[in-house]
Amino acid sequence: MSEEFKIEIVNPEKSFLIKEDVTEVVVPAFEGEMGILKDHISIISFLKPGVIKILSKSGNEDYYVEDGIVEFKNNNLSILTSSILNLTDLDKSKLQNLIKLAEEESSKPEIDDQSRYIADQKVEVLKSIN
Amino acid sequence: MASLDDLKKRIASVKSTQKITKAMKMVAAAKLRRAQESAEKGRPYSEKMNNIILNLSNGISDKENAPKLLSGTGQEKTHLCVVMTSDRGLCGGFNSNIIKKAKSYFSKILDEGKEFKIITVGSKGNDQLKRVYGDKIIENISFKESKNSNYFDADKVGKMVIKKFEAGEFDICTIFYNQFKNVITQIPQAQQIIPLNNEGEESSSDESYEFEPDEDEILSNLLPKNISTQIFKAMLENSASEQGSRMSAMDNATRNAGEMVDKLTIEYNRSRQAAITKELIEIISGAESL
Repeated sequence: MSEEFKIEIVNPEKSFLIKEDVTEVVVPAFEGEMGILKDHISIISFLKPGVIKILSKSGNEDYYVEDGIVEFKNNNLSILTSSILNLTDLDKSKLQNLIKLAEEESSKPEIDDQSRYIADQKVEVLKSIN
Repeated sequence: MASLDDLKKRIASVKSTQKITKAMKMVAAAKLRRAQESAEKGRPYSEKMNNIILNLSNGISDKENAPKLLSGTGQEKTHLCVVMTSDRGLCGGFNSNIIKKAKSYFSKILDEGKEFKIITVGSKGNDQLKRVYGDKIIENISFKESKNSNYFDADKVGKMVIKKFEAGEFDICTIFYNQFKNVITQIPQAQQIIPLNNEGEESSSDESYEFEPDEDEILSNLLPKNISTQIFKAMLENSASEQGSRMSAMDNATRNAGEMVDKLTIEYNRSRQAAITKELIEIISGAESL
């Protein structure tokens, strides 16, 4: 038996990525990082800002996401997200820009606790990428 | 009868109008292809989102405490109508079809003795509605600056709708847009997005999921996103419909202009010949009298 499963990442504009030969995916689920292997139980969870690590036969890929929903069923992993970036595309200036945006957001006085938590998460993750 | 010069001028003006409509048709055709493509590309997202929500809402144990976005406020007093139209004219019946649909919905609500508020997206809808329902329009949004419909814009509308919902400004929200069927047919749609209307749809599988964190929390996180997604879907359908509608309208206009040129040309030639004949008769009768 092969140890591979299928991953599909979609954002509102298009199907972002489809890969059939994935062996492991690590997603930043809301309650902590979650590694998904083949034959994982069906699960629905949502994401916090973080890095999705995709390990596959054809090479590993890392993506930065800010939010999203992940669904795993019948060895199909679907990730719905409105903001996703390939880490290799993320150069210094873009990164700085994102950090600045996130910091601005978290320093706004009127946002609620959850949004502040998410904004802080963004800052932390982005800085660790750097 | 119009003089030869006048006819000539009219033919020239109709021809230049035809050139414009022809160019607009070409542009609309090119844009249509792109809009259609992005509408198709956007479909998996909204379908998956719908599926997940369906699975979640079936799995939810405590229906009474379900998020309000799903179950409603328990009242049906105030309706919010989001009327989505284009920012540009010259696209056939595209805008009026949406407005017609919305107006019949408004009168239905008024007959039932309920209230309604309007948010218009796109300036053409605002132009048409503000004459009659000016006092009902609470918000007017237009995305003239953005070239293509993007999710960011939809999210802005979605967040505004949710904010108003949480402030208790309305109980039921319906969006109006044109669904793209093909180039000649666009179907005006009224879709209820708050509370979510899932009845009649069966979940694709009975399989139970594991949820992390629990269903309620995921749902309350997901539902606002779904609103934006639905609005985005409507925007994509709308922009494809707009271009399709414009294309067929401009095609018609080009054809009509062609017919008009033909008719005017015949008239021009006839009167030219008549003038020649008249001159000949004058010369001949002049010669005969000598």
